[in-house]
Amino acid sequence: MKFISALINGVNLGSIYAIIALGYTMVYGIAKMLNFAHGDVIMIGGYITFEFVYALQGNIWVAMLVTVLACTVLGIVVEKIAYKPLRKASPLAVLITAIGVSYFLQNIILVIKGSDTKKYESVINVPNLVLADGELIIKGTTIVTIVTCLVIMVGLTLFINKTKTGRSMLAVSEDKGAAQLMGINVNRTISITFAIGSALAAIASFLYFSAYDSLTPMSGSMPGIKAFIAAVFGGIGSIPGALIGGITLGVIEIFAGTYISTNMSEAIVFLVLILMLNIKPTGILGKKFKEKV
Amino acid sequence: MSKTNTAGNSLAGKFKNMNKASKNNMLTLSLVILFFVIFKIITTVGSSESLIGIFPMICYYIILAVSLNLVVGFLGELSLGHAAFMCVGAFSSGMFSKIFADTISNDWLRFLLAVVVGTLVGGIVGILVGSLVLRLRGDYLAVVTLAFGEVIRSLLNNLYIVFNDGKLKVSFIENTVTEGVSVENVIIKGATGMTKLVSVYKDFHRNNTFIILGMILVVVTLLIVFNFINSRSGRAVMAIRDNRIAAEASGINITKYRLMIYGLSSALAGMAGVLYIHFLGMAEPVSFDYNFSIEILVIVVLGGIGSIRGSIIAAAILTWLPTSSLFMNFDKYRMLIYSIVLIVMMLFTWNPKCKEILKKLSVKNLILKIFKKKKETVEETVEVESKTAETVVETADKEVQ
Repeated sequence: MKFISALINGVNLGSIYAIIALGYTMVYGIAKMLNFAHGDVIMIGGYITFEFVYALQGNIWVAMLVTVLACTVLGIVVEKIAYKPLRKASPLAVLITAIGVSYFLQNIILVIKGSDTKKYESVINVPNLVLADGELIIKGTTIVTIVTCLVIMVGLTLFINKTKTGRSMLAVSEDKGAAQLMGINVNRTISITFAIGSALAAIASFLYFSAYDSLTPMSGSMPGIKAFIAAVFGGIGSIPGALIGGITLGVIEIFAGTYISTNMSEAIVFLVLILMLNIKPTGILGKKFKEKV
Repeated sequence: MSKTNTAGNSLAGKFKNMNKASKNNMLTLSLVILFFVIFKIITTVGSSESLIGIFPMICYYIILAVSLNLVVGFLGELSLGHAAFMCVGAFSSGMFSKIFADTISNDWLRFLLAVVVGTLVGGIVGILVGSLVLRLRGDYLAVVTLAFGEVIRSLLNNLYIVFNDGKLKVSFIENTVTEGVSVENVIIKGATGMTKLVSVYKDFHRNNTFIILGMILVVVTLLIVFNFINSRSGRAVMAIRDNRIAAEASGINITKYRLMIYGLSSALAGMAGVLYIHFLGMAEPVSFDYNFSIEILVIVVLGGIGSIRGSIIAAAILTWLPTSSLFMNFDKYRMLIYSIVLIVMMLFTWNPKCKEILKKLSVKNLILKIFKKKKETVEETVEVESKTAETVVETADKEVQ
């Protein structure tokens, strides 16, 4: 039973990583940049929900709606202020800016809200599922997380392949210049990508903080980095890759924590990434690309 | 300059024949020594304790910033785990000092050997990590170095080392080695790290010798770095940064040179760690986290990517400012300001519109406007002023050609 419950916990954590990884993989695919601040959008989403659940006397649905809207706006604003002016800059400059934005978001919350840990009340109220005469308990949040993850995956795949906006995103990720010649508004498409990614980060914040209830200004960075690892693992730029990478990584982390050492689980996750990048640098579903001289 | 004049005509002639880069390096080195002399005079005339306390800090920040600049400015990659190499160097040298506290009675000799140990261990770990990760580039490399930094830190967080009756015991589980051992014999104790290193170097702490030691280490670092950059290997590294494929086509062994500069950078970070742990007399693995690496990055970016002198000045200012009474109350906002510095610096060095604004605001430009000089000269001076990675790239380009 220990094995099965660890597996379920792993899939739960992995589903959350997969949702966060979507934000990374889409932005990386289209803007060709690592949005370091993505993890911190999750943290800010957590704080917004936390504040609104108190302010609105526990009206969770309104709080969630506000959070999704606020995170979306935040994503677009960050892109407009920090990333858009650097579209033609060197990758190193963009990366440093992204780290700066991530650091800025962490520290602005640190200044406003202080560094003390807030206790996040779970926003998901679904009864637990008891199986095998009470030996195996599947939490309500776990079921909701896995279902949400699958819905998002299917929805996003349909959105990208079937709608005009989605197809323009595909075109921009393939070739920016050619897409512009075909009459696609590249800047608008990139903004939409950031908006979708940030909205997904808000949803991930509900799921993540409902499962792991402590909320600090730093609590977004680690899941953010791990989700990026998941995106790399599955192959950056690919939506099914994010799902595969996320779940693999979540399961590895929980198993390492259960069977080896809790302190070492993070180290093991990172070692898996390093191994993966040395064996297959493009990830499981990643496309190979040739370098032109 | 004064040195060369007193030493006679032959040296002055040598100075004249030097190329521009060597002159520039000499200038930086003499600036550092001048700063040290001024500092010495200030502290001996008016005894200000706080200034004496921060000078070794400035020294290790300078070494760190210069070493990170080797990776960011000369290799063109971002390493976010730099603090981990410092951490490794700090703990290994601290361990050396504690173990040989009685066997080597001369403080100077012991410290010298500790520096060698810390630098070597930092370099070896750097080369090990580098050989695993340097196949990657750009964003991937940044994330993996960050990950490695965290791995090294979490390993040290669970490391217990005991030195008892001439035997060294190492374990990752606390009780197996620390049980029944007196506190003095526990060298590294997990998350508490290392403590009580002060008692090993009592005289150094009493006489403020760390000011001189820090100074010597900074000068050694600068000599190593300047020599490396102006060597064949240094030019090869810059060629790889500017155009990897062209460099490879010219017969440069990319892996070798990337590994070389990464190893050098981490060895110097290890050296900074030696100064850190011996000056503070203690260290916790927690202090060497991701935030510390970012702090060094801020110094490098503010000083100018690829500019050694800029790193030195920025390190001195950013270490001194938070401790000065003027900015004491801003400590809460320090990290916030750092993050804004990162973003704004990047916007102003890379965005064409922001560059325009900078041109209009630059002091030289304003003065020139007043005297109504030719427009061409204005553009020239402005370009000289924006001393960013670009200028370095251009010079390296020429060298490659």
